[in-house]
Amino acid sequence: MPGIIGRKVGMTSIFGAEGENIACTVIEAGPCIVTQVKNVETDGYRAVQLAFGEKKEKNTSKPLLGHFKKANTTPKRDVVEFRDFRKEYDGMVELGKEIRVQDVFVEGDFLDAVGTSKGKGFQGVVKRHNFAGVGGQTHGQHNRLRAPGSMGNASFASRVPKGKRLAGRMGTDRVKVTNLKVVKIMPEQNLIVVSGSVPGHINATVILQK
Amino acid sequence: MADLIKLVEHEFAKVRETMPSFKAGDTVNVHVKIKEGNKERIQQFQGVVMQRRGTNGNGETFTVRKISNGVGVERIFPITAPTIDKIEVVKFGKVRRAKLNYLKGRQGKSARIKERL
Repeated sequence: MPGIIGRKVGMTSIFGAEGENIACTVIEAGPCIVTQVKNVETDGYRAVQLAFGEKKEKNTSKPLLGHFKKANTTPKRDVVEFRDFRKEYDGMVELGKEIRVQDVFVEGDFLDAVGTSKGKGFQGVVKRHNFAGVGGQTHGQHNRLRAPGSMGNASFASRVPKGKRLAGRMGTDRVKVTNLKVVKIMPEQNLIVVSGSVPGHINATVILQK
Repeated sequence: MADLIKLVEHEFAKVRETMPSFKAGDTVNVHVKIKEGNKERIQQFQGVVMQRRGTNGNGETFTVRKISNGVGVERIFPITAPTIDKIEVVKFGKVRRAKLNYLKGRQGKSARIKERL
């Protein structure tokens, strides 16, 4: 399988074989249900759609209910499509089939984690775009320390260029962190432990890709 | 939810059962495993516990301070670290705070700690 959907449980540290302290993220991954298999003939591309997490039936729209019914499953919270999976996974994907974490990853694998980063609110340019701020505190200036500086040219253009990096809402972006090592898999509890941090708050949905 | 993290930490938590209870102000002797090439030996680090910090998980650490050749040396150990062979409590100290940062820069008479019997 090309990937799995999970829920961030939190972070802890684990000690490696040499006694080194590895900062880890614990993720409850799966079990996921295959809700659709797309192929070249009918859809134009190959993909597998997985669903994860429970959702109340009264909070699910009728079209989605029908979609889940086709796969013989209860309504799910998250539905994610994994595109262009490899040929060798062909036997594994089947409508309504359950995918567990041990089917996808083994210990020592490297994976990519996709999540939505924590919201930071309205932030200035120094935090949001790594601007250096304006000068020092001497040369007669005051209250300009974290200011954005010049907006651009004056008479020509006479407007702020499009895409100019300014202050504004920061965070809640889709972020992918690549090459995280799988430290441990606990199949009975559907847990996967990866080294390093994963975007998002606790209980956030995380997509793990191979 | 926190239980799931406890499950992951479970295999390291066993160390706590054999560990003596100690807190800031106590003098401990920490036996640390050191690897040199493919040989392993034990090094001892004896000093005063300055603080214990962190929750009850794998992130909990303690700081030991000793005076080595007239220079203050502080070492921070994770409490569940597999590199720790054992911890011996040499002396129980009587102190009035949990973090003994006032010991920094002090030596000799002013760095004494009353013994708790």
